[in-house]
Amino acid sequence: MTAKRISLLGVNHKTTPLAVREKMAFAEGYEEPLNALQKIPGCSEYFLLSTCNRVELLFVSESGFEPDDAMLQFLFGDSVKPEQRSHYSYLYHDTEAVNHLFQVSASLDSMVVGETQILGQIKEAYRSASRLGCTGPLLNKLMHKSFTVAKRVRSETGIGSSAVSISYAAVQLAKKIFGHLDDKKVMLIGAGEMAELAAEHLVGQGVGGVVVANRTLSRAVDLAKRFNGSSCMLDELPSQLEQVDIIISSTGATGLIIKGDDVKPLMRTRRNRPLFFIDIAVPRDLDPALNDIDNVFLYDIDDLSQVVEMNRAEREKEAVKAQRIVEEETLKFGRWQQNMTVTPTITAMRRKADDICQQELSKTLSKLELDDNDRKKVEKLALAISAKLLHDPLIYLKSESCRGGDDAKVDIIRTIFGLEDDTQQR
Amino acid sequence: MISEISFLLFQATLGITFISCAGYLVFFITQNEKIRRLARYILLASWAMQTLYIASRYYLAGNTPVTTHHEAVFFFAWSTTAAYLSFRWRYSVKNFGTFVSLLIFSLLVVSAIAPKDLIPLEPALQSLWLPVHVGLSLIAYGFLALAFCGGLMYLLQERELKSRRLGYFFTRLPSLDALDQLNSHCLAVGFAFLCLGMVSGSLWSKQAWGTYWRWNPKEVCTLIIWFMYLVQIHQRFTVGWRGRRAAVMVVIGFVMVLVTLWLVIT
Repeated sequence: MTAKRISLLGVNHKTTPLAVREKMAFAEGYEEPLNALQKIPGCSEYFLLSTCNRVELLFVSESGFEPDDAMLQFLFGDSVKPEQRSHYSYLYHDTEAVNHLFQVSASLDSMVVGETQILGQIKEAYRSASRLGCTGPLLNKLMHKSFTVAKRVRSETGIGSSAVSISYAAVQLAKKIFGHLDDKKVMLIGAGEMAELAAEHLVGQGVGGVVVANRTLSRAVDLAKRFNGSSCMLDELPSQLEQVDIIISSTGATGLIIKGDDVKPLMRTRRNRPLFFIDIAVPRDLDPALNDIDNVFLYDIDDLSQVVEMNRAEREKEAVKAQRIVEEETLKFGRWQQNMTVTPTITAMRRKADDICQQELSKTLSKLELDDNDRKKVEKLALAISAKLLHDPLIYLKSESCRGGDDAKVDIIRTIFGLEDDTQQR
Repeated sequence: MISEISFLLFQATLGITFISCAGYLVFFITQNEKIRRLARYILLASWAMQTLYIASRYYLAGNTPVTTHHEAVFFFAWSTTAAYLSFRWRYSVKNFGTFVSLLIFSLLVVSAIAPKDLIPLEPALQSLWLPVHVGLSLIAYGFLALAFCGGLMYLLQERELKSRRLGYFFTRLPSLDALDQLNSHCLAVGFAFLCLGMVSGSLWSKQAWGTYWRWNPKEVCTLIIWFMYLVQIHQRFTVGWRGRRAAVMVVIGFVMVLVTLWLVIT
């Protein structure tokens, strides 16, 4: 039997600019891409993650498999030229792949380290994958492990504290632009989770009011109620822009929601009071030209990460701790995976011994006339002999030399114990 | 005797201001509150020395000492220090002192380079209007100098925010709003004193030459400056001119003040 190999192919905000990621993101859900993936030969288990900051493909293959052009084509689509693909993407195997996945789920690889949204995104992606039958025993275990790692990192380190979140960065910037926030109004365009979080932070800092604009008004009304604010339709945006000061946009729209030319005339009626636009949507909602207008400030998620960078010093200590947890869990998973290769042999050995015991016991016991007490003693004796006989071979199997994936040694044991047929059945 | 004391006072002022300025710079880099408090006290001491030096010059010249480049620039530094200290008493703007103390020190250095000869004023100009006019004008310049520092800080901070590459100044400079308010406040106070200075100057001119306005270079330059600030204030209060454009205008206005003061003195 040959070992399975876990591989991870992906792009993230560090390797690929926003303009490329925009085109790569699978915005229409996972079903279609996952079905397409299954048609690519060579792999047995799949998992696909697509967020605004990353697209990652995790798969299990036979050990000799290398991802080919079909896979890269799947990942990149037509967003970049084929020769540039390897420049943008990264490919990890086995321990490295596991480590990377854990870092992602623990939000250590996030643009805003410590943000918690990524875990929800991974869980959702995993649900889609398992529903479509793309994941198997190995990935199921790995994904569940990654959730535990994320939980550990969050509870054991301070990495998720406010100082490193994107909302904190937004508040910090708003304060540098407006000074104090108590007479300022925030508008949320679209009701995404991240926008909600940022708004929560701003309200916590004493922002004067909240307006929620959404395509579906009912969702806007619900969200507005939470912040004691008002709601409006997307069509009302221009008139609303005269009133508000901070705009957080996070719609799923494919085009631009607010253009520079829409805002320029507004500045006069606003008497040049500053406007602060925060665009956390991918693809972008707000026109980059907005930033060229006097007294208008525009930040997209890539820019916000800059601000977060500044909090690095505070974060560094916690990151080291988190990194240690990730390493630890990666090691544990590796050990588990290695055990996986010998586990079938161990169970087969045990089962064979059990079968023989039961067979012989039933043969012998039927010939003897024993009371219950003696019967049990004989059964115990048989099991004890088989267990003692198996003890040393099992220890040998579990030892480092076999677990390391040395298939030849395992094969010898299988031959000695006559386990070949057994495997085929499984 | 007095002239020696006067000389020593000037050197001491220069030294003390340098220390204060260095203190503010260290504070700017390390953000150590203790150093800032120290630097502020030293600046206060520097202002006291400046006052004494002006008094000694007054004694030596027999009139308000603003007739040479050395004296005018020194007086300018004095009024800027006074404006800052009075301003500091009411408002607190993060790291403002660093920029202002740098400006004050630069002005003192310029006055140190200029010849320190005593030139007595011609009798025709000897009048009580001289200290009144000069005092009012230089207080105006002091506040306009503060507006200039605020404008520079605004431009620095705005550039960082606009470029979205936040660096050194982002945490060290105050919010744009605070700087814009500082700009507005100093502009209003400075402009009020500028008006008073011009009125008093014209009355002095009437007394000395018999006419309120003679269209000499200094008067024309001052008029241009006055108009520039007038436009800024008008725009700010009617259509809400603020931010970058206002900051640029304040900086340009102040450069013109400096040029006028230097080129067309008296």
